Amino acid sequence: MLAWTIYISFLGATGLLLLPKGSVSSARIFALLTAVVGFSITLTYFLQHRTGEMLTITRVPWVPTLGIEFHLAADGISLTLVLLTGIIAITGILFSWNIEERTKEFFAFYLLLIGAVYGVFLSYDLFLLFVFYEIVIIPKYFLIAIWGSTRREYGAMKLALYSFVGSAMVLIGLIAAFVVAGAKTTSLSQLAQFPFSPHFQMGAFPLVFIGFAILAGMWPFHTWAPTGHVAAPTAASMLLAGVVMKLGAYGCLRVAMVLFPLGLGPWGFHVLALGSWRDVFALLAVIGIIYGALVALVQKDFKFVIGYSSVSHMGFILLGLMTLNQIGISGAVLQMFSHGILAGLLFAVVGRMVYARTHTRDLAALNAMNLHKIIPFAAVTFVIAGMASMGLPGFSGFVAELMILIGVWRAYPLLALCVGLGLIVGVVYVWRAMQKAFFISSGIESAPPNPPLPPITMPERIGAVILIATSVLVGLYPQMLLNIVVPALNSPLFDGLRKGSWQ
Amino acid sequence: MIAINNAQLLRLAWPEIIVVATALIVMAADFLFLHRFSTHVRFSLAAGLGVLGCAGAIIRILFASEIANIFDGVLISNPLTHLVQIAVLVLTIFTLLLSVDSAFTQHVGEFVLLLLVATTGMMFLAGTQDLLVIFISLELLSLSLYILVAFNKSSAQSWEAALKYFLFGGMSAAFLLFGFSLLYGLSNSTSLPLIAAAIHGPALNPLLVIAIVTTAIGFGFKIAAAPFHFWAPDVYQVAPAPSAAFIASGSKVASFFLFFQVMALGFAGAEGTAVLPNLVRGWVPVLALMATVSMLLGNLVAIRQSSLRRLLAYSAIAHAGYMLLAIVVHTQQSLDALLYYVVTYALATLGAFAVIAVVEQQKGDDQLSNFNGLCRQSPVLSFCLAVFILSLAGIPPLAGFFAKFYLFVTVLNATPGSMGLLWLVVLAIAMSAVSLYYYLRVLKRVYVTPPAVGVAAIRTPLLSQVILIVLAAAVLLLGCAPQLLLRWIEAAVRVSGL
Repeated sequence: MLAWTIYISFLGATGLLLLPKGSVSSARIFALLTAVVGFSITLTYFLQHRTGEMLTITRVPWVPTLGIEFHLAADGISLTLVLLTGIIAITGILFSWNIEERTKEFFAFYLLLIGAVYGVFLSYDLFLLFVFYEIVIIPKYFLIAIWGSTRREYGAMKLALYSFVGSAMVLIGLIAAFVVAGAKTTSLSQLAQFPFSPHFQMGAFPLVFIGFAILAGMWPFHTWAPTGHVAAPTAASMLLAGVVMKLGAYGCLRVAMVLFPLGLGPWGFHVLALGSWRDVFALLAVIGIIYGALVALVQKDFKFVIGYSSVSHMGFILLGLMTLNQIGISGAVLQMFSHGILAGLLFAVVGRMVYARTHTRDLAALNAMNLHKIIPFAAVTFVIAGMASMGLPGFSGFVAELMILIGVWRAYPLLALCVGLGLIVGVVYVWRAMQKAFFISSGIESAPPNPPLPPITMPERIGAVILIATSVLVGLYPQMLLNIVVPALNSPLFDGLRKGSWQ
Repeated sequence: MIAINNAQLLRLAWPEIIVVATALIVMAADFLFLHRFSTHVRFSLAAGLGVLGCAGAIIRILFASEIANIFDGVLISNPLTHLVQIAVLVLTIFTLLLSVDSAFTQHVGEFVLLLLVATTGMMFLAGTQDLLVIFISLELLSLSLYILVAFNKSSAQSWEAALKYFLFGGMSAAFLLFGFSLLYGLSNSTSLPLIAAAIHGPALNPLLVIAIVTTAIGFGFKIAAAPFHFWAPDVYQVAPAPSAAFIASGSKVASFFLFFQVMALGFAGAEGTAVLPNLVRGWVPVLALMATVSMLLGNLVAIRQSSLRRLLAYSAIAHAGYMLLAIVVHTQQSLDALLYYVVTYALATLGAFAVIAVVEQQKGDDQLSNFNGLCRQSPVLSFCLAVFILSLAGIPPLAGFFAKFYLFVTVLNATPGSMGLLWLVVLAIAMSAVSLYYYLRVLKRVYVTPPAVGVAAIRTPLLSQVILIVLAAAVLLLGCAPQLLLRWIEAAVRVSGL
């Protein structure tokens, strides 16, 4: 049943292209319906399967010559992310209600992207996973290059090439693993059981991990993220930050760490006090957190603030993965969900509510407009989203970051302190952006926009409410997701990781 | 000496005979009856006849095939040769259909005749393991192709390209013949397996080294591998679209199959190895070097092209580099991968040329700027172009992706237990990342850049539209279900025991 999330999205994309020319509003409704159906399928499955164990959805031979199967399966981790995809898909469509130019194509690319993302999260066969992972690249490119704004062609090409380089690295690692195992299968669980030599794992792990981490925005491979987010149209930035970056993090956890657990072990020597790839990536993640936050602090462009905040928050996820303890990794998965929702919300406010109306993202210009008087809903939404993003209790971000911090405290006490610094800067940049964008500074002439801004529309309100409600729901009752994530982490698939270097 | 069984010889050559007979009939019909009709009608009828002939040959191969090997490989008939011959015939059929809507020449009969004669050459190439027959059929193919390139008599550039092609081709044929003569001198035989048996030895004979290099040069020219690629960009750019498509598709399939056969069969025992850092002399390092240069040069130079045909030419050089990897490892599995790759590549390239032909007819030439905003002018055309280009770039779920994946797996599989050829695979994958850049630039023009003001919608002739959709569907289908073709290739390769 869950497999239909993928099929429906692809069918929806095809159906959109077959709609008659010029059918703008029917295209929107059609796309929205497709996304809603996809999400309701996920929700039904979620309500039926509360245990989080790995369940096969579809399994048919695909290319018997190489033992490739069309194998879809879901456990708690993938289910969490599939839920996130469904929510972001719906709200993304709500927030792109204003797309008038080439509407059909926009939503067709959009649904194609959504379908491929579902596919990645549900694939249990490495080849299949890689296929979906690569399909993501093309619609992403066109969404940005056609409907984007600032330097869109540059941003789109940069994003496409970064993604492709990342997936090329993953491909090399996967082919090598496949060949070394000599197995006639590309099934994740069977390859994960193969005892690759520690030497091989030491080489393959960083290759595949970095390959995925490029898409997760790991410092110093993050530079595609701010430019890509800024260039993208609202729905695409929501998808990019909300879901696509999670693909990278998901790949790190599901493929790199599961396949090559020994790659995380100590090298046996130290370079600059770093004794393993785990140390290296943990350090890069922390640099990402602090660097992203500091850069967000000095941006003049509103959207760049959010773009760099994504880099910072994604650092938390990678750091959580590198703690290698249960609380840290569960926190990372929760953070994937939480950041997906919050980044989506923030980009919606900036891109749709503010930029689409004022046509500027310059914080100084916005400041003079005193927006909280003109579009109070946007201001309120941003304040709430900002508080959630800072990690205020009651929102999803708080639980997730707390769990990661506890995990880090156990694994790297010193780094936990640095992360604390990052959190403080996080408060500051959100505060600064909020102040400058919505509340006029004293001593500045108020310059109300001319002509007056159109009011916030109903689809935007619905979208914002859905996202805020989700964040609060998870923040108040995180067990809802943790109940399925934790058993998934205890499943046999992660045996190698638990036995190897789990703490 | 075995008694010559003429009846058997004739029976085995039936498919080729059908094609040649069709060629003659087409020309006679064109001279006798068709010349008073308009070019379009003549092309339709001539191409229709040609298609019938090719289809007849395919049916003959499919339903009356036998396994035979006459005179140590002078004429061979087994499932593998049938497979390659059918692939070539199918590609010829597409080329013929593609030429129906073109208007570059009045000499319809000759054009179809040459196309079919070239096809005959390729069919013989696929069905032989004898140096003499190889050389003769290669010349039959090449000479036809030279003329096909020069067919647009109104274009001086077309002549220039054809002359360039001819001169380079003649030179490379000389190299090839020189290599073959050395081989004959070394082994006293023209049959590839017998040659391999004769040259087998612990150390490489210096003459054999020369034979290896000259043979590699000769074939390197045919497959447009760097540094023997100089003819390709010019020919691709100015040859009439059907000729260029034919050179880029059908002739590639036959040449690569032959190249594999000559190297793997004829030079068995003189392989050497390309495993770094301990290279061993032989033909493998030569080809590995050729593959490396082709991948680097093709992909890097393609970035700078402003004409789609030239871009495809350089991408063809790059693809030749990838495909050479299959010959470098020359295992049974890599032959599977090579055939899958070259067939899917040929389909995608053919499709791309079909799109170019349509666009050129409406807009004059194939400059990339002519593709600006194509998706507003013709959604079907641009969708098909996107499918072909993305397949060439190796994006799933299109055929080009699985072809690359399978190829790289077989390359690594060839040295079990060691990652000796990993450097070639890493280079190939890195270079395909580069290639995405220039392929995306083409698609950017099609989908992102707005069209020039005042350009009318593009009218795609019905037949071209059908061909395009069929080709795009084939590329998509083979990508989603590779087993359809792969199963067939595998069975054929196993039976033939190459």
